[in-house]
Amino acid sequence: MTPSSLQAVSQAQVPGLPRRAGLGLKHEHFVEVLETSPDIGFFEVHAENYMVAGGPFHHYLGLIRAQYPLSLHGVGLSIGGEGPLNPEHLARLATLIERYQPHSFSEHLAWSSHGPVFLNDLLPLAYDNATLQRVCEHVDQVQSSLKRTMLLENPSTYLQFQRSTLDETDFISEVIRRTGCGLLLDVNNVYVSCINHQRNPLSYLEALPLHAVGEIHLAGFAEDTDSLGDRLLIDDHGAPIDNAVWQLYEKVLAQVGPMPTLIERDNQVPAFSVLLAEAQQAQWHLAQVSP
Amino acid sequence: MSLHDDFSAALLAPHQPCPDGLFSSNGADPASRFSVHRNTVHSSLINALATAYPVTLQLVGEAFFRAMASLYVQAHPPTSPLMSEYGDTLAEFIHGFEPAQSVPYLADVARLERLRVRAYHAADCQALDQQAVLQTLQGQANLGTLRLQLHPSLATLNSPYAVVAVWAAHQTEGGLATLNPWHAQGALVVRQGLEVKVFAIDPGSVAFINSLGRGNALEKAVEHALDASAEFDLHQCLTLLIAHNALTHLHLEQKVSP
Repeated sequence: MTPSSLQAVSQAQVPGLPRRAGLGLKHEHFVEVLETSPDIGFFEVHAENYMVAGGPFHHYLGLIRAQYPLSLHGVGLSIGGEGPLNPEHLARLATLIERYQPHSFSEHLAWSSHGPVFLNDLLPLAYDNATLQRVCEHVDQVQSSLKRTMLLENPSTYLQFQRSTLDETDFISEVIRRTGCGLLLDVNNVYVSCINHQRNPLSYLEALPLHAVGEIHLAGFAEDTDSLGDRLLIDDHGAPIDNAVWQLYEKVLAQVGPMPTLIERDNQVPAFSVLLAEAQQAQWHLAQVSP
Repeated sequence: MSLHDDFSAALLAPHQPCPDGLFSSNGADPASRFSVHRNTVHSSLINALATAYPVTLQLVGEAFFRAMASLYVQAHPPTSPLMSEYGDTLAEFIHGFEPAQSVPYLADVARLERLRVRAYHAADCQALDQQAVLQTLQGQANLGTLRLQLHPSLATLNSPYAVVAVWAAHQTEGGLATLNPWHAQGALVVRQGLEVKVFAIDPGSVAFINSLGRGNALEKAVEHALDASAEFDLHQCLTLLIAHNALTHLHLEQKVSP
């Protein structure tokens, strides 16, 4: 980012993300984005990919940030971890936020670090009071050290814990109520979890605090079967968005109105034009509910 | 043992049973669902290594690489959420990995690939103007006391094998036909602008650059270079560094008053 564009960004009060469709920014597409300036509402990046000293990633993100609103999405903070949050990682996030002034920062209701080990997966939590208190403390800590409200993403899950005493939706509602954080509503995660746990996605949505939604994620899933031969959906971000998820998205929009909507694709990344077409499809849905 | 102790131990060890206290709402064996997480952990880490070490992978083939990477993941899981740093010690692991001994230069190629990843993400630093460097060098009476500061992305490697030739042969179609890996070669890795470059250099140049990197003045660095190789060519090595924007500062030795 050139010094002048950085200044322009930090002088303006950075507003929330536009209520339009956005895309995950993949390094494979840096040059094409800059050369074609696609008409897209915003880009989202994984914070950890930019926790490097310099080089092409910062070069291109700076240029793209000068042209587009940005969402910073963390995948490594381990908010649900049993231990304390990693202060170094929080400091790295603060540095990135200072540098790029993103319109939104979000993380997951999950854990990914334990002791010295980082497991590189978003792992499920037992929903009990001890976990609730820990997650709320961590969200409070993130929000106070980053001096901004964060969005917390609902998980995709495959398993349940005997220790859980709360429903996932009650747990999420309570974290949002206690910490004032927003909800990153991942509609694909809702669908995946509901199929995996034989729950009705519409009643799951009804039980969530939809008034707190600040962003929506849409993605594709992979399909497997469990030991009983039942459908087991896997949130792999490696496929086009399923029709069932588009339908659920339509129902969400009817309730919450137009919302910043991200198309996520992290594996088997296709040509940029393929992702752009999915973003245009989301944009069409957004237009249907725009005043 | 806490819940996450059990969970993470079972994730990392592929043959350990699924932890207690889990169930599936349809009554399915929780192990069949726990394996989704275990697969994600292992395959995402193996994929990260495959992406970071593409030539190492080509040298042994996909199946061998993934089997080796799987053992590495179990022995050395990441200790940081920064995936760009994961696999820093893969070359050492390969060096001690018996089944890989049939490709003796494999560890050094992995070392070179790691230097390339580090150079790619290294700090940005404005290089000196090439003309200005040449003028300073030509007009300097006490050339030997000059200290040259190197670009943060710059690194070298000494290998008993033709590590740069092996790497370069895998960058182009048909590059393998004339490859002879059985001679010593040094490597210079540096990012020029946005592009990481790799050069074959002699052991004298490796010693010279490493000496500069430790903060030695030019005279001392030349001494180290000649110790390493009598054929060291200062002019050629400086030209290489200057032409690829590898120098970021020139300092004259500060005389310390008594």
